[in-house]
Amino acid sequence: MILAALNSGQAVVVVIVAYLALLLALGAVSNRFFRGTAADYFLASRGIGSFLLLMSLFGTTMTAFALVGSTGQAFRDGIAVYGLMASASGIVHSACFFFVGVRLWSLGKRFGYTTQIQFFRDRFESDKLGLVLFPILVGLVVPYLLIGVIGAGATIERVTAGAFPSLFAAHGSGAAAVAAGAVPYWLGAAVVCVVVLIYVFFGGVRGTAWANTLQTLIFVILGLVCFFAVADRFGGMREATASVARLNPEKLRRTVRPDDPLTRYREDVRIHQQQRAEWEAATEDARVGPPPAAPKEPRTLGRMHFLSFLFIPLSIGMFPHIFQHWLTARSARSFRLVVVAHPLLIMLVWVPCILIGVWATSAMVNGAPAIPYGFSNPNAVLGKLVADLHSDVLPGLLTAGILAAIMSSLDSQFLCIGSIFTNDVVGHYIRHDRLTDRHRVLLGRVFVVGIVVATYLISLTRPGGVFTLGIWCFTGFAGLFPLVLAALYWRRVTKAGAYACVLTTAGSWLWFFRASGYAGDDDFLVGGVSPVAIVVMLSTAALVMVSLVTRPPGRQTLARFFPESCGDRGTSPS
Amino acid sequence: MKRLLFALLLLLIIAHQDYWAWDRVDPLILGFMPVGLAWHVGVSMAAALTWLLAVRCCWPGELADPDVAAPLRSTEDQRA
Repeated sequence: MILAALNSGQAVVVVIVAYLALLLALGAVSNRFFRGTAADYFLASRGIGSFLLLMSLFGTTMTAFALVGSTGQAFRDGIAVYGLMASASGIVHSACFFFVGVRLWSLGKRFGYTTQIQFFRDRFESDKLGLVLFPILVGLVVPYLLIGVIGAGATIERVTAGAFPSLFAAHGSGAAAVAAGAVPYWLGAAVVCVVVLIYVFFGGVRGTAWANTLQTLIFVILGLVCFFAVADRFGGMREATASVARLNPEKLRRTVRPDDPLTRYREDVRIHQQQRAEWEAATEDARVGPPPAAPKEPRTLGRMHFLSFLFIPLSIGMFPHIFQHWLTARSARSFRLVVVAHPLLIMLVWVPCILIGVWATSAMVNGAPAIPYGFSNPNAVLGKLVADLHSDVLPGLLTAGILAAIMSSLDSQFLCIGSIFTNDVVGHYIRHDRLTDRHRVLLGRVFVVGIVVATYLISLTRPGGVFTLGIWCFTGFAGLFPLVLAALYWRRVTKAGAYACVLTTAGSWLWFFRASGYAGDDDFLVGGVSPVAIVVMLSTAALVMVSLVTRPPGRQTLARFFPESCGDRGTSPS
Repeated sequence: MKRLLFALLLLLIIAHQDYWAWDRVDPLILGFMPVGLAWHVGVSMAAALTWLLAVRCCWPGELADPDVAAPLRSTEDQRA
């Protein structure tokens, strides 16, 4: 009733506000369970059971990257995106949970770890290794955080068009045009940051796990609702696929044939030529922004490119926020459901997103393309489709689903960086008798606030595309994966080998990142191979070779971390 | 059983590289899903089954829960 009296943009705003209020309420409730200790704030007193662990880990893994990015990428590259990212993740993520997560959980419980850096410092008998790892881990999480904040701000701006025309004027041009009345990007991003900040601040990792569970359920259910609503608008699933087969069949396979009509690409090129001519004809003062970018020509996906993408999901084994969630598990058995159900949940979220993106290339609604030709911002495709559903409630609910996916990652990342600053920097170097448990919780909260503010300010510059930023972040973490694998399974790995692995990853990552024009080239490959494969191979080679020529770790360390082969169960750190 | 698990994981990775469907759209599974996408949906399901087998038959038993959780590093250090 109330929504019917509002315009469509305002109705979306009401639903989003209601959803955010629900999250705040959840944060307030979780705060009532807070025991006031650092163990409770950072690890929920190691009391998270199977279902909450599954939901919080899955919610943390899925972000704007999975919903907004995958739809946009499928719009650009077709069905190949599912094989590149989703089915590969179903295999590799669960492998990381099974082979790495359970073992790290056990060591974390036995030796009282809160962060990865504490583990690596102990395992490699090196205090300074923490100082080397700290800026790398934080530096790689920041782009990942930006993915979320940028995705949230852009989505809210797109779906609230026309909400408050007297407050917010239209601005921008071409793909960056924003309709009058839309909640501006800076405001949407700020509201999301503040809401996440509040429930992380008060609820700690328990609040995060609860919020992630709610958010995961919401985005899975609403993602499916979105899928069926969009399919219906496109005339049904069969008709939607048939349109793609007629107009842009290359989106349904991984090759481009000489006789493909390439309808969308050709129309995009025609519009680009017009826009370019107008831009060049305009006077210097009348020009808005840089010249319009040329559309990307569809290309056949290289097989080595596809194979090399298998390295990307290894990144989950080194994400510091995933490490923190692993440590919250009540028991090793809590991981069982996670290991089995994770590939199925990925499938449930990604298949609808990929199909929507592919269908959007060719669907016609009332005789016009559902996504207009010349629409050059793939990351805005999902937001536009949702905004065009002409329903009072649905666009708002679906936006809430998208925001749920984004925020369920943001919260864990904010909290884990707060933990790293608190435990690995301040807590590690300040005299311990001067830092009580209460101080530690306070510090964690202060750092979370600082990180949220810093991330928000950086996000206002809107660097790079969402998907491209994600790939570079994942590449760095994947490069560090050999470090954690060797730490857990290879007795012979040495401190020098660990340094070599970390420094090789940092060096090769920076080199490739620079060569790609600082994420400016979406299709950057090295000899047809994704740079992630080369970074992982180089870091592995450095770790193995340097370890073999340097002194092995001490017997005491080996006895602690490999008790099964030393006849010792290991004890708390001395 | 561990060898079987590793063999199944290798099979999954090989199945993931579905070169035979690289240039194919048909058959459309359920009338709307191109075979290249449907195959990878199958890979996701096969992955879940493989991991089900892993947790039932290859669960790392030596990692029984530590009897007592150590205090957090900070608390430990304070006591020292």
